Parts: sequence; structure tokens; C-alpha cells
Amino acid sequence: MKHLAILAALIAPIAVLADPSPADWDAVKAEANGQTVYWNAWGGSTTTNDFIAWVGERVAEDHDVTLEHVKLTDTADAVTRVLSEKQAGENDDGAIDMIWINGANFSAMKDADLLFGPYAEQLPNWAVVDVAGKTVQSDFTVPTDGFESPWAMAQVVFIHDTADLADALPDMAAILDWSTANPGRFTYPQPPDFLGTTFLKQALVDLLDDPSVLTAAATDETYADVTGPLWAFLDDLTPTLWRSGRAYPATGPAQLQLIADGEVDLAISFSPGEATAAIANDQLPDTVRTFVLDGGTIGNASFVAIPYNSGSKAGAMVVANFLMSPEAQARAQDPNILGYGTVLDMNAISADERAAFDALELGIATLTPAQLGSVQAEPHPTWMTRIADDWMDRYGVAQ
Amino acid sequence: MKTRRFLPVLPAVTLLAMLGPILAGLYGTVLPAFGHLPAGGLFGPSITPFANLFDWAGLPRAALLSVSTGLVATIISLLIATMLTAGWSGTRPFRVLERLLSPLLSVPHAAAAFGLAFLIAPSGWIARILSPSFTGWDRPPDVLILQDPYGLALTAGLIVKEVPFLLLITLSALGQADAHRSVTVAQALGYGRVSGWLKTVFPRVYTQIRLPVYVVLAYAMSVVDMAVILGPSTPPTLSVQIVKLMSDPDIAMRLEGAAAALLQLALVVGALLFWRLGELLVAKLGMVWIASGSRGKVDVLVGTAALGAGTVCALSVLLGLAVLAIWSFAGFWGFPDALPDQLSFKNWDRHAAGTLAALLETAVIASIATFTALILTIGSLEAEYRHGLRMSSRALWLLYLPLLVPQTAFLPGLQTFMLNVGIDVGRIPVILAHLIFVLPYVFLSLSDPFRAWDARMGTIAAALGASPDRVLWQVRLPMLLRPVLTAIALGIAVSVGQYLPTLLIGGGRVATLTTEAVALASGGDRRAIGVYGLMQTAAALLPFTLALALPAIIWRNRRGLRHG
Repeated sequence: MKHLAILAALIAPIAVLADPSPADWDAVKAEANGQTVYWNAWGGSTTTNDFIAWVGERVAEDHDVTLEHVKLTDTADAVTRVLSEKQAGENDDGAIDMIWINGANFSAMKDADLLFGPYAEQLPNWAVVDVAGKTVQSDFTVPTDGFESPWAMAQVVFIHDTADLADALPDMAAILDWSTANPGRFTYPQPPDFLGTTFLKQALVDLLDDPSVLTAAATDETYADVTGPLWAFLDDLTPTLWRSGRAYPATGPAQLQLIADGEVDLAISFSPGEATAAIANDQLPDTVRTFVLDGGTIGNASFVAIPYNSGSKAGAMVVANFLMSPEAQARAQDPNILGYGTVLDMNAISADERAAFDALELGIATLTPAQLGSVQAEPHPTWMTRIADDWMDRYGVAQ
Repeated sequence: MKTRRFLPVLPAVTLLAMLGPILAGLYGTVLPAFGHLPAGGLFGPSITPFANLFDWAGLPRAALLSVSTGLVATIISLLIATMLTAGWSGTRPFRVLERLLSPLLSVPHAAAAFGLAFLIAPSGWIARILSPSFTGWDRPPDVLILQDPYGLALTAGLIVKEVPFLLLITLSALGQADAHRSVTVAQALGYGRVSGWLKTVFPRVYTQIRLPVYVVLAYAMSVVDMAVILGPSTPPTLSVQIVKLMSDPDIAMRLEGAAAALLQLALVVGALLFWRLGELLVAKLGMVWIASGSRGKVDVLVGTAALGAGTVCALSVLLGLAVLAIWSFAGFWGFPDALPDQLSFKNWDRHAAGTLAALLETAVIASIATFTALILTIGSLEAEYRHGLRMSSRALWLLYLPLLVPQTAFLPGLQTFMLNVGIDVGRIPVILAHLIFVLPYVFLSLSDPFRAWDARMGTIAAALGASPDRVLWQVRLPMLLRPVLTAIALGIAVSVGQYLPTLLIGGGRVATLTTEAVALASGGDRRAIGVYGLMQTAAALLPFTLALALPAIIWRNRRGLRHG
């Protein structure tokens, strides 16, 4: 296998040029001037796309940074891309400068040394981030260690069409009962779509008497026992699902279309404001409302990360910092724009800045922070990986 | 003469333009399939990737789905295209249908699939129009029409897209087959229209359309975008599974993906061999049928059925586009309303800036790639004509590798190759990558008519003192105007529809209408899909309109050239 050895030698990483230091923010700003930042972010939501376009206009005005939104169908495409570049020895100016990343991809990229950092906690706006009250330093229980910076808080809510399902359902058992009584009226995105696996995690957390076991990595010993109730639940639920569980919507927003079409009455969402924004965009009927389970629902932060081989790290840090600014956060929380929760500490920002948040109306289908209730912790990513794999074996190859 | 020195090199340049990347890409696939991916810290050789692949419970059905949808779609499309041409070519209904179907070739697969889905879904337009008055439904029925486990919706989608392709290829071959006189003679001998055409013209036409048929088969077996929209997901087809494996955050999954890609390649090769055996069988049976002398009792029935099927294909795409258009202007549109609550330009306003930028990018890439392909193709064909440099059939197969190997199998490897030789991502590499896929289509579409050109015309022209160049420019190409324009239109349509090469080789930095539309597609926003799908269609429609209209205008006083 001599040629393999030669190939391996050819693609071994070469020395990396000096990276900008986030501690020297003036130098970062100076270097960012004129840079183009390619932000790879999921492009399946038109409201998010519009928000990213606005961020681009603002960083161009303030910092002369050109932001290009590279619309992904799957965040893993970006991981593939960075990996290919590493394979090819492209260590200095890769195609991707910033990724809207989820926990599983973050964990994979961090482990493979594909990320730049630590940088997040040196960004100027980190000072106003609610470090104590929000899970901004761990992603699916994996410590972020400054390799990704937060820009929105998300929490699971259930969207229901009150025209057909009038009342909130208190827990997973109630969802099963309702679905059994109304077959074909519920479905969830097909795992491994992240919202689909989120539904599985939410079901597991809700079904367990003590979900704290999920904070540790799954092991061969614990896995079967802990997930037993989930599979029993799914075995009962699946035949009652839309299309009897023989087909699933591809993504979260695809469920909205199903509700609008009258195909289903209940859908899971990871964004408390999504339903309101969708009503404003004619994507959902105005009879739609949201609810959370009595025991609370899973929540986490949305993060951005910078690949190790970005050629515009300074520009990317400027964008990441802007995303955490009160201005961008207030806009993201506007239910007519995005309806995403803020990562900021309301006591750390100025009164003027706080006024912008206070002025926001919640929107017709959005719950108040009090109604959203307690946020449950994300399980360790090993649970999600195993459950998604098992789900695919059990239900992903249904006859 | 500059041309004379330059020309003999062109076939080699043409092959090299594709072979290098393809081989690099395949090399980059074979290594991981046997467990070797140094960037992921994985070193082979090992057969674990294949073992993992065969452990996947969905594999038998995924592989079967790829084979069955591919074969069934190809057989039915070929039958419809052939019987339509046999029963109706030269007639008024045929001209109408041809005018309807040919531009539909340009409709990108994703847009056609969405249109079809919006039509036939339980909550689709057909159900909306019929509900509740005819069906009694005030909610969509919970039936599995799309994403059905047998891939019937996917097969239907492939058929409505491939019939126009095969019909156009058949038509561009017809002029060389002396069809009209043959059928006239056959009919004078008492043969029915369809039987007479099949017995006298089809064998000659099929030799010209054989490779396009193979391409349809290989494409139908490995299509990704249509399979995602219309095909089953529990499990999906093998090609969709490959894309999933290749994009898994777990780097080790890429090994299994590479193994699956090699399996897909083997299935495609196997299906092609199977098809070849089928050809021999059909030829044998055909000889018996011809010798039997039957004049064709069921000709009228076959002809009518073909016209009906062709009409359904055309209507599916046309109505699909219509419903895309309605969605692009729709406000809230609940079931079972036949039309939205209100129509507005809100969606178009919202997407105007994005679509225009993407349209410009799409147009630049498509035109440069297509004209490069056209120059290389005509140069190669002219070189083989003048210098006897005809490629062996084995070398010809290399030309089709990009169409026969699943894109997912070699594109990541190709990306690595381009980075290795220091070509940065961006527009120019994307154009080169598109060229790899555009070139075979342009070549496929043009080579048979070009070679079947009656060389005596050249001899006559030479005898009148014309140089080889003058014969090419003033006799051959004008006579081949229609196939040349068809090839250009096809090349542009192919380029417009490319998704994976644009995304991977462009590093995501090159945003065409297709990459934007597919990114939106996963979110299921029918309004945005409507806007982008229509823009995509428009980008490819104009060239096809010209391909049909120009010969009719330029040769308005040359009846024999209009359809040649």
C-alpha cells in the first residue's frame, strides 16, 4: 500500500498562518474591514434567510464586512466541506467562514480539530450575554470552550390548530391518547432531521421519571433500560401517525405546510415564535396556537462556529459579535421577524436597549416567558446519536 | 491553416477535460470504500464499510427501489416516446404535443417534481378542485400517494420528465432515418401506421438514440432531487441514502457512503447489461414479428393510448407549473379551497433580490459551459470526420462516465482533486464542473445526427471547390441547425438543473437558482418553491423556444431542413 502512504503524506496539514487574536478587538475590526464572510446556514426557513440578509446589510454598514449567506439543506454539508478541504490541504482559505451549527455537528467538528477558537468569550458583546441563566456554555451537554458563540435561545413548543385540537396536551402520554383517538392527525419530522430527533429526545425526557441519567454519556449498560419506555411509546404511537408512519415530513417547516393543508393538527417546533411568524407569512391559519408540556420542554441555544481554515476569521468574529448585540437580538426576538429568544441578560444592557425588547409584542401564538415554563436540559449527544440510529433501524425501514 | 493543426487535438482535449476529474473523483471514492480516509484518521484497507452497508436493514429495499424505479421509468418513457412518434409523427396532434412537450424538457427535475407533488398529493390541487363537492372531503384523506413504498410517484415523476427528453432525441434522429418515405412505402404495402414505423424506422432510430436511453436509465436509477421529493423515505432509494451517508457528521459514515456509491455503480452497470440483453431479445422477437408480416390490427388502439399518455405527461408538467405559479402568488390557501384566499406580489417581492442575483449567476455559468461544450463537441466530431480519428466505442463510453457514475460517488473526490492542483472554489471551477455533465449531453444529442449527415453533400461541395472549413460552416452546420440548437438548449437545461456540482465545487459560494431552490425545498415553503421553481423553468425555457422556433424561421423556404 505504498501509494496510500504517499497520498497520506501529500495531504497532511501544512503550517497555518497567524490567526487574528479575539483579545485585541481593535486589530480584529481593522482586519475584518473589507473581508467577505461566507456564512453557511440552513436555508430552509425564509424568515431566517431574511434575518440573515438584514445582518449582512448591518455589518456592511458598520464594519465594511460583506456577508454571504450560503443556504444549506443540511448543516452536515458544511462539515463535509471542511473535512474535504482538510483532506486536500486547504488550511488557509477554506470556502466556509462561519457555520450555524447544531450540537452533534459541533461535537464532531470540535473533536476533529476543525474549528477556530477559543474566541467566543473574548467577543465584546459576551459581556452582556446571560451566562448564568442560559445554557450558552454547553451544547447538548458538550462544553463549548469558546469554540462557538450563541445567538438565539430555542425551546420546544407544540403547534396546534385550535380549530381541530382545541386544548393543550399536558404530556407525551396525552399526545399518544389523542393521536390514538384521532389517527393520522400527528407526525414529526423524520429522524435524523434535528427536529425529528428533538421530538424523540423530548419524548424520552418526558417519559422518564428521572431524566438526569441523560446528562451522562450513554453506555451499553444504561442505554437499553433507559430508552425502553421510549420504544414502547413509539410502538404504540407509530400506527396512529399521519400515513400510519410509512412517510414523514422532511423537516420542521414542512410540518407547517401539513397543518395549513389540514393534514395534521399538531406539530413540534424548536422556536416559540415560529407559529406567529408563519401566521404573518400566510403559512399557517390564524387559528394556530402553541403549548408546552406540563413538565417543561427541552431548550438550548443556537450557535455559530468558525472553521479552522476560514480566510476571514476576523470578519466572522465581527459578525458573531454583531449577532450578540442588543440591536440584532431585539430584531431576532420580534415575532414578525423571527421570534427567537434572546441570549442576553436584560440587566446587563442599557435602559434604552432594554426598551427595544420591552416594546416587542409577543404575537398571537407565542407564549410568554412565564408560560414557557421550565427549560429541560438537552441529553448528552451520545443519546441522540444512538436513538436516531435505532429509530432508523426500527421505523426508518418500515414495510 | 490554423484549424488543421488545432482540430486533431480536440477529441483528446474533450476526453481529458472529463477523464482527469472523473478518475480523480473515482479514486477518491474507492479509497474510502475500502476504509481509507486519512483526513478522518481512518486507514485501510478494510472491508468494514461494506460489512456496515450490508448490515443496514433497509439496503435490499433501497437497492431494489433504485433498480425498479429506474427500469420501469425508462421502459415506459421509451414506449410512450416511440409509440407517439410511430403513431403520430407528421400529424397535427403530434405537432401540438411536440410543441407542448419539448419546452417541458427544460423544466428542472425538482420543479417538475414539486409541481407533480402539488397536483397529486391528497391535499394537492386535483383533490382541492374536486373537494368537497365531488369527494365529500373537507380534510385531505390520509392516503399514501406521495412517498409510497413502491416508488410509484417517483416513477411517474421520472416518466413525465424523461418522455420529453426521449421524444426530442428521437425527433433529432428522425431526419437521418428517412422515416417519411419508409412509412409511406410500408403503408402502401398495407401496414398500419404504428406497425409500419416500428418495422421500418425504429431499428434505424434506435441505434441513434441508444446511448441517450442508457443515460436515462442510469439517471433514473441514481436521481436524488426527485427521489427526495416524490420517493419513499422509509427507506429511501439507494442514491438518497448515499447523499445522507456522505453528509453525516460522523466522518466514518463516509466510508459506508463510498461503499454504497460503489454498489450503486455496480447496480447501474448491471442494469445497463440487463438492458443490452433486453435489446437483443427485442431484436430477435422483432425479426419474428417483421417476418410474420402482420399489418397491425391494434395500431389505432396503441396510437391512441400513446397520444393519451403523452397528453397526460404534458398536462402533468403544465398543470404542475400552473400550481407552482399560483402558490408563488398565494396568500393563505387552506384545504379544500380550489384557489388561495388572496393573490399578491408579496412572495415575489420578498424573493426578488435573491432570484435575480441567482438568475444572473445561472445564466453566466450555463452559457459559458454550454458554448465550451459545443465548441469541443463540433471540433471533435469534425476532427473524426476529416482525420478518421473516430473514438473507439470503448473510448466513447468514457465520455458517458459522468452520466453513468452517481454524482455523489465522485464529486467529493473531484473537489479534493481541484483543491490539490490549486484551483480555488468559485465560478470558474463550477463552470468546469458543469462542463463535465453538459459535454456528454451536448455530445450525445449532437453526435448521431452529425455522423449520420449524408457525406455526399460534402463531396458535392468539395467538388464545387469548397474547402473543408467552408463545407463545415456553410453546408454541414446549416443543415444540422436544428440538432445544434437542440444540443445548446439541452446543455443549458442540464447546467441550470445541476445541484451537487454547484454546491460542492462552488464551495457553496456559487448560488444558482437550483441551489437556492433545493435549499428552500427542504423547508417545504410552497410559496418560495413556487417563485424559485418558476424562475428556474424560465431560465431554461427560452433556449428551447429558440431551438424550436429558429429552424422554422431560418428554413421557412427549405422544407426538408426544418425537421432535420
